[in-house]
Amino acid sequence: MAETHLTPRHIPDRLEGRGARLLKSWESLLLVVACLIFLGNSLASPYFLDPWNLSDATFNFTEKAIIAFAMALVIISGEIDLSVASIIALASTAMGYAVQLGFDTPVLVAIGLAVGLVCGAINGLLITGLGLPSIVVTIGTMSLFRGLSFIILGDQAFTGYPDSFSWFGQGYVWWVFSFEFTLFVILAVVYAIVLHKTNFGRAVYAIGNNQTAALFSGIRVARIKFILFLLTGLMAGLASICLTSRLGSTRPSIALGWELEVVTMVVLGGVNILGGSGTIPGVVLAALIMGMVTFGFGLLNVPGIVMSIFIGLLLISVIALPILWRRARRRLQH
Amino acid sequence: MSKFLKNRELLLVGAIAVLLALITWRFPPFVAPANLARVYNDTSILIILALGQMAVILTRCIDLSMAANLALSGMVAAMLNAAYPGLPIPIVILSAIALGTLLGMINGALVWKLDIPPIVVTLGTLTIYRGLIFLLSDGKWINAHQMSDAFKALPRDALLGFPVLSWLSLLMIALVFLLMSRTALGRAFYAVGGNPHAAVYTGIDVGRTRFAAYCLSGALAGLSGYLWVSRYAVAYVDIAAGFELDIIAACVIGGISIAGGIGTVAGAVLGALFLGVIKNALPVINISPFAQMAISGTVIIIAVAVNARAERRKGRVILRKAEAV
Repeated sequence: MAETHLTPRHIPDRLEGRGARLLKSWESLLLVVACLIFLGNSLASPYFLDPWNLSDATFNFTEKAIIAFAMALVIISGEIDLSVASIIALASTAMGYAVQLGFDTPVLVAIGLAVGLVCGAINGLLITGLGLPSIVVTIGTMSLFRGLSFIILGDQAFTGYPDSFSWFGQGYVWWVFSFEFTLFVILAVVYAIVLHKTNFGRAVYAIGNNQTAALFSGIRVARIKFILFLLTGLMAGLASICLTSRLGSTRPSIALGWELEVVTMVVLGGVNILGGSGTIPGVVLAALIMGMVTFGFGLLNVPGIVMSIFIGLLLISVIALPILWRRARRRLQH
Repeated sequence: MSKFLKNRELLLVGAIAVLLALITWRFPPFVAPANLARVYNDTSILIILALGQMAVILTRCIDLSMAANLALSGMVAAMLNAAYPGLPIPIVILSAIALGTLLGMINGALVWKLDIPPIVVTLGTLTIYRGLIFLLSDGKWINAHQMSDAFKALPRDALLGFPVLSWLSLLMIALVFLLMSRTALGRAFYAVGGNPHAAVYTGIDVGRTRFAAYCLSGALAGLSGYLWVSRYAVAYVDIAAGFELDIIAACVIGGISIAGGIGTVAGAVLGALFLGVIKNALPVINISPFAQMAISGTVIIIAVAVNARAERRKGRVILRKAEAV
């Protein structure tokens, strides 16, 4: 790890200008990759550029991206939440149970969000209240939350959601813009403002860079971390509403393995897994890239598991390449 | 009494005893020696995997790719056997171990040479290894009738009244125990996780030690791959899917600190056994097997809370903590 390097850090005589930094940033690299994939997709399949087709493509990533925004904040603060996919399953199961009791859409939405909040609060309490490592706690709650849906559902499924409920996953706000995509755009703006333009956002970075220093400079570390886990739970609840509405049914295996995809999205977006740095625009671009890659492969009839190889390679190479690049440059300078 | 409460392994033995007592109250035949031997046998693969995971966690890393490694090595072993039924079984096993080690080396090299955080590396290789199984097998299953009898029989063959599978796990426990307590490498695992800076100054190569830990976890995953496939007599893309979390759960329950440097072979074995007892007991005491996931989740949370308290009580005597294990 980084701590084993004993070479002094290179300090430049003058900082680079804004434009130069922007050009060299991770986000601009992602933008180039996104454009290339977009170009590649439109060349590979004549159907790709159709507006309705592009609209369909967004369903691939919007639900995961909604969670990825909150996850980005959690990871920047130096923690991780692996229980998000299980929160989706539990929230979806709770909504399905409410349907069997005859409740209608507004109640279902409230239940989905409430279950998300409660699960997030449980994570937050265990991590900040008892001071336990988040990776182990959320591996535990990951089993617990999905386990609860398995207890309730077994090998059964809940169906019969009301027609009005299907709007969240299948409805359109205007022309080709689905509710999910609109939600994605709005949340992207909200999270970007919260992280980059508010005291709260600065505090999240401060905690991720040096928790002790943050505490001594008067930041309420535990409270902010608790809020972040609460927020992640809420986003998982929201994603659960969208996904359940889109699928129209609930099985305990719903959204299985999504936690890894969400973390991949966040890391691909340039967020340091060790905390302290990362941006929302980066996460947005990573979401677009992952969405377009899987959709483009889908158009070419590539099986899903082969796509996952690609995502795995992408995850490792986007982190490895800058390291190799920096090393090669250092060698050239000497 | 307080000394007893501080000893994680004794505490865990106590917890398993209480668990067994509760099960006996509902279903007495469960504690018959023959049945307990069966439960141990059923947990053998988890024990072997937990030993590898322990070495990795001790060095402040994590290996999320173990189950995928197991599935890939197992699939290759099964395909080798299906294609060349005449190939001696030891060679099949050795090639599964070799492949597992190679996959572990890839993880280790990425952590060592490129300084990529272990969780990211193994998250990536987890999906890559799973995907490779699909590419290799074309999504097809290797079924029992395609495997030779010798291939399937080995883990079941009885030796002195116990299946070879149980003996193999005992052998691995002994080997890893010797490695941890009697070799420089084993002590280096603890040193690297306990304090990487201090380890560097004592002349330990942190990266190389982590690489060795990943090789060990890879080799054990490869061995488990053969054992899994031959025991269940089937190989397909999704075998042992999600098992990586059970392995980590066994370690966490066994008191191996996720922050590195703390943990024992006995802890890992007991942690795995705890999960194994629960898994085997649920059906006989009429609790739906669907409850197993929620129960192991709860156990993980309780275990990590108990361990965190025990670690905090020890205060700042860091050196003695590392020595005591």
